[in-house]
Amino acid sequence: MFVIVVGGGKVGYYLTKELIEAGHEVVLLEKTRARAVQISDEIGSVVLSRDGSEGSSLAEAGANRADIVAAVTGDDEDNLVICQMAKHHFSVKRTIARVNNPKNELLFRHLGVDEIISPTRMILGAIEQDIPVHELLHLADLGSGDLELIEALLTDGSPAIGRTSGELPMPEGCTLFAYIRDGKAQQVRPETQFRGGDKVIVIGRRECEDALRGTLIGEDEEPAAV
Amino acid sequence: MRAVIVGCGRVGAGLAAALDRGGHRVLILDIATSAFDRLPSTFSGEAVRADGTDEDALLRAGAHGADAFFALTEGDNRNIMAAQLARESLEISTVLAKINDPVRARAYAELGVATLCRTTLMTDTLLGFLGLVGSGDPPIHHAKEHAHPAEAAGDATMAPAPAAIRMVGEG
Repeated sequence: MFVIVVGGGKVGYYLTKELIEAGHEVVLLEKTRARAVQISDEIGSVVLSRDGSEGSSLAEAGANRADIVAAVTGDDEDNLVICQMAKHHFSVKRTIARVNNPKNELLFRHLGVDEIISPTRMILGAIEQDIPVHELLHLADLGSGDLELIEALLTDGSPAIGRTSGELPMPEGCTLFAYIRDGKAQQVRPETQFRGGDKVIVIGRRECEDALRGTLIGEDEEPAAV
Repeated sequence: MRAVIVGCGRVGAGLAAALDRGGHRVLILDIATSAFDRLPSTFSGEAVRADGTDEDALLRAGAHGADAFFALTEGDNRNIMAAQLARESLEISTVLAKINDPVRARAYAELGVATLCRTTLMTDTLLGFLGLVGSGDPPIHHAKEHAHPAEAAGDATMAPAPAAIRMVGEG
């Protein structure tokens, strides 16, 4: 496999090293000359000191016969352009981009990047799995960005437990529209009475989160000592 | 017209001031507030400190659905990304990115973003000054997927004509 790696930071450096050890053909593009020299001292003459988002650099690296281009610089905009140039200018079959802002994943995919790796998203996922979810969980943005979809888990101590949906003081502009009980999604009606363990799904404006927390989660408690 | 400009350098500030004088609504973004010193004191548009490649920041600043979007920072790739965000996520159809690398300027026009290449513009102007023939490349590569705004029917607002003349033309 012939792989072009763009960006000689820690990720690009170890990626290049591992790929060489696995027997692949690799060219690393790193635009900072000093860094390029340093890497090439360590792992040999596979490094070109070039800006990988310039068409001429990719051409020099042999992009027209590359199987994969992996853009792993620290800047999302550079990684996007590297992948797009590789794809549209050199018809590289597979492009991989590192993305720092998880919000960019969708855009990059839409713009033709084949594989998107978001370290931020991965770490976030690991953290969210680790902590008990008794806070409001932001699920998605809706519409032009003002509205969001929120999930709240009703645990003991939630002021909503035992009350009906009609009795809850909902912040203006927020709608309780569904809840999940025993793994089943159900529509919220005014007479729906909430129980501990219910997951409530709300659509609301971002600035209502605090009021919503008061209604569904209760006052902030000190986290239990570990 | 409602215009969004990313990058308040000399060109960004100059364009913002000119559009503002022409009675258009202007929103200009830069990551450094000091850049807004380049705007004239008479500027009545909005100047917001924000990263033009960050979708959330653009939405918060109110860029969604503008009539025109100009990415004019010093970074080619930043401009490319901002412009594509504008087209894909902000639903703006008239989008231009300043790209100083002629290869990328040509490539991105094919991907639907109008591009302005300062390198080509200046080189050809200088050659012209000497009476020589330039590259023949246009200074602006128009996006392949949508029409040049000034050619688009009924859109006279882009033309740099004074408001009074425009009203006569439309009436």
